[in-house]
Amino acid sequence: MTIQLQNVTKKYGKDFALRNVNLNFEKGKIYGLVGPNGSGKSTTLKLISGLVFPNSGVVSLNDEAISRKSSEKVAYLTELDMFYDAFKVKDVVDFYNSQFQDFNYEKAQILLKEMKLDPNKKVKFLSKGNRGRLKLVTTLSREAEVILLDEPFSGLDPMVRDAIVQSLLQYIDFDNQILLIATHEIAEIEPLLDEAIAIYYGDVIGQEKVEVMREELGLSVLQWFKQIVAKNEEE
Amino acid sequence: MPTEFESSKPIYMQIVDRINFNIVQGKQPLGEKLPSVREMAVQMGVNPNTIQRAYSELERMNIVETRRGQGTFVLDDTKLLIELRRSYQTEIINTFVESMLEIGVSKEDMVKILSQHLKGEKQ
Repeated sequence: MTIQLQNVTKKYGKDFALRNVNLNFEKGKIYGLVGPNGSGKSTTLKLISGLVFPNSGVVSLNDEAISRKSSEKVAYLTELDMFYDAFKVKDVVDFYNSQFQDFNYEKAQILLKEMKLDPNKKVKFLSKGNRGRLKLVTTLSREAEVILLDEPFSGLDPMVRDAIVQSLLQYIDFDNQILLIATHEIAEIEPLLDEAIAIYYGDVIGQEKVEVMREELGLSVLQWFKQIVAKNEEE
Repeated sequence: MPTEFESSKPIYMQIVDRINFNIVQGKQPLGEKLPSVREMAVQMGVNPNTIQRAYSELERMNIVETRRGQGTFVLDDTKLLIELRRSYQTEIINTFVESMLEIGVSKEDMVKILSQHLKGEKQ
């Protein structure tokens, strides 16, 4: 599996969400899309999942242009809260199971247990942390080639965050999947990443392997990001 | 529990250090298997590719060996333990001496202070 963005521009009205962006992603790697709020991270994920389409340029999965049907191959965890309140936890799992062919029902049951989610509890009575966990269960239970996580940790306490990181590491299939995490909480995800991509108000201003940053530049991802932002603003 | 890492040093080297330290402390016995790459990744909250790199580095340093289909094992070699222990001792002493010199303690005083400290006396 490869994902490619070639000269991609996306506008919402007159505003540029992404400006002439080129990116490549390959399987077996975890990528971090980092940048402040409103910089174009979510737009990038939505373009890959086929939820929005570029004004110009091409987004492709395995050299095939993205379409509405791309969601078959892409599991996307939105930053929004998007459950039906009347559903019980198990209804949510059943619903996903009915919508996606690659949904692994057994895996979902294991994940529910690990995340300590009660299948009979109504979604509207779940705490914020548990809603976050449930979202992750529905995303990770899919055996999709691409997994996109949009701010998976936002608003979650450190304990929940650690639990989520551990399930991610346990259940990602590194031989076959690409994992893309968009977040502004850079320091928290650094140990997870192979590569970081810095997006700043519509522009990709840097892409680097995390170990190269540390080894050759002596920088953490956060320091690297601040440095290229500063350089970018001078120009 | 995910581990905290220093920001400037490569994560894989910090993992190498940690494993070596466990060997010196006896928490990771000689001749025994290390956790699998995936287990270690989950334990530490770190990318498996990083763990793999740490294991390769340990292999290059002749501290572990990979046995096909079985996993990664610490060499069963007491010389290894002695060498690792010595290198930690040197490192710790270097840091100690440097810090003491930085705050203006002479080498002679250092010896005095240290031996007093070890006898349990206050300065």
